Amino acid sequence: MTTRQRLLVLLVAVLVVATGSTAYALAELHRSRAVSTRPPTVPTTTRDALTGPRLVFRHTGLDEEYGVVAEVPLDDPGGARTFTDVSCDRVYATATAASCLRTKRGVVTTFQEVDLDADWQQVREAGLPGIPSRTRLSPDGTLAGSTSFVTGHSYMTTGFSTATEIHRVGGKSLGNLETFTLYLDGKRSEPTDRNIWGVTFAADDNTFYATVATHGVTYLARGDLTKRTLTTVADKVECPSLSPDGTRIAFKQKVDHGSGTWWTPAVLDLSTMKRTVLAGEARNVDDQIAWLDGDTLLYGLARADQAGVTDIWSLDVAAGAKPQVYVEQAWSPAVVR
Amino acid sequence: MYLSLSDRPSAARTAPTTPRRAPRGRVARLVVTLGVVSLLTDISSESVSAILPLYLTSVIGLSTVAYGFVDGLYQGVSALVRIAGGWVADKSGRPQRVALAGYGLSMVARVFLLFAGGVATISTVISADRIGKGLRTAPRDSMITAASDPAHLGRSFGVHRALDTVGAAIGPLLAFLILWAIPDGYHTVLVVSLGFAVLGVVVLALFVPRDAGGVQRHEQVHWRQALSGPMVRLLVVAGFLALLTVGDGFVYLALLDSTDAAARWFPVLYVGTNIAYLALAVPMGRLADRVGRTRVLVLGHLPLAGAYVAACLATGVPGALAALALLGTFYACTDGVLAAVAARTVPDELRTSGIACAQTVVALARMGASVGFGVLWFAIGPQQALVLVAGTLAVAVAGGAVVLRGRP
Repeated sequence: MTTRQRLLVLLVAVLVVATGSTAYALAELHRSRAVSTRPPTVPTTTRDALTGPRLVFRHTGLDEEYGVVAEVPLDDPGGARTFTDVSCDRVYATATAASCLRTKRGVVTTFQEVDLDADWQQVREAGLPGIPSRTRLSPDGTLAGSTSFVTGHSYMTTGFSTATEIHRVGGKSLGNLETFTLYLDGKRSEPTDRNIWGVTFAADDNTFYATVATHGVTYLARGDLTKRTLTTVADKVECPSLSPDGTRIAFKQKVDHGSGTWWTPAVLDLSTMKRTVLAGEARNVDDQIAWLDGDTLLYGLARADQAGVTDIWSLDVAAGAKPQVYVEQAWSPAVVR
Repeated sequence: MYLSLSDRPSAARTAPTTPRRAPRGRVARLVVTLGVVSLLTDISSESVSAILPLYLTSVIGLSTVAYGFVDGLYQGVSALVRIAGGWVADKSGRPQRVALAGYGLSMVARVFLLFAGGVATISTVISADRIGKGLRTAPRDSMITAASDPAHLGRSFGVHRALDTVGAAIGPLLAFLILWAIPDGYHTVLVVSLGFAVLGVVVLALFVPRDAGGVQRHEQVHWRQALSGPMVRLLVVAGFLALLTVGDGFVYLALLDSTDAAARWFPVLYVGTNIAYLALAVPMGRLADRVGRTRVLVLGHLPLAGAYVAACLATGVPGALAALALLGTFYACTDGVLAAVAARTVPDELRTSGIACAQTVVALARMGASVGFGVLWFAIGPQQALVLVAGTLAVAVAGGAVVLRGRP
């Protein structure tokens, strides 16, 4: 081939690639614009913010409110939802505060953790080191614990981990939980590959629970904020969620399911350490479960046929119970009473 | 111990300057062409790398554990494939073909990434991509060496690495720009990435001659000559220094510990490192040509020690920027220069294998360093661990500098 022919081939290749990818991008842009200007298909209302017992969640309908935090009254979860002005990837709320983790899109995409008051006004903002994963508040709304996937990628080597941190709502950080002293099966332990995720708080504002993973094993650890310790109390517990009366932990348990990772909801009784796997839910549940009341769990599941759309399901804690849709087009449930 | 890292072994004199070699003073066209290929390919791979965590977690729905598995594959696969690629390139005398196979494999992997939907398929596709990267690196560096005036080899590598890093900077920006315009536009990023990969392969196939980097054999060369005395000494020194190179991730994590601003910028700290690398790749290559490549390679680890210390001492933005700049300086002093030194330490017939060996030893030693450093990190604390490694590194560099005094 002569140089001229080579240049010609290159030109054709550039044109084909440029035309093809631009056409694809424009079609996607058009589709995305159409979606983001569509009104929600679920009933909505513009009345003032709810005040009574309610469910706070992230709306995931493919419409103009995608990702916006919404609320429905607990006595009518399928009814009209009220939207807030806040967008979050992950949200949690109590009667006095809310915690919101979000992706700040831009030419450099960063992640934020925002504390809000009862009127959804921001009281604190901090950077998150990675993709939002879990957030929880203590029952009185004074402590927040969040988990993100640390993804800062580096030039030649990369490390993967979760970063889990607890801070006072609107105030100071109490530190990354990796810096807490870890007692593994009763012995002080300093594994280098420890990962910690999924905080849940007890009512005393000192005790909390979280998952600690090391050497491929996951543990339920009880944390003490004053002593800055984490003590394992059980194994094979991920993303714990303390029941309203503080006696049980709902969590996702890894089960054998051929290929890949598969989690099933389960409940652990903290006094007897008896666990009930809720096999009535046959799908893969990857969420930090919320308690609707003393015997009902809530969690989000992605729709298999619609990317990005999720529903919140409810499941009775009795073994063999079947899940039901609780709120459609919703994610990240938080029960506020 | 007497260490000699002579620039060129006296044994096995090989083909004289090939006709394609650039006239003195100019960077060879082939080097720029290979730089453009790397630029296009890096736009392709880094745009995907930048969004992969988001894509896997938010669209594919992989969780932390599964993602860690994918990430481990991502970095582990390529190191050993490299040696095989080098050996085949030398044996066949056709580094261009091996490089083309490597770039082509990564391109094909991107096609499959468009359709991959589960952990298993994504892991496979990403492994294929990394195998491609492993295959192509040493043959490409070998072609750069063959096309360059030996007196300006450092600069040639500097030019190539600068172009490469431009691609690594454009890729994430482009990806996030697309996601900014199209919030769920992950597939658009994958399509655009495939487009750049295709263009990289097209440029390589069209404009890099098939015999580029090929060596005419004047005499019988034994494969064992790749591991001659000077080469072994190079591998020992480079490998030892790499054992004290604990990975950027720890520098970023230390910054996260010591600086409030770092949390906000943590996901993009590597951009700062890349900017410094980009700016200094050519100047450091030139410096290496002037004062000796081995010297720059060894002394280039001092900025790394500096980066460790800066990451610990940093309390604000200036300190953090200093740490990133030093880290970038380290890469500018060592990444291309290592290939240049290795290429000149073995006979030309074994050039690609030599480069591949050096790069593999360094990559494996660095992986070992990261694992070992993890222990230290928790045992004595992040800052103490980094300062300790910085001190050890400084001593090692000083020792190396004394031992290598007077060497080019």
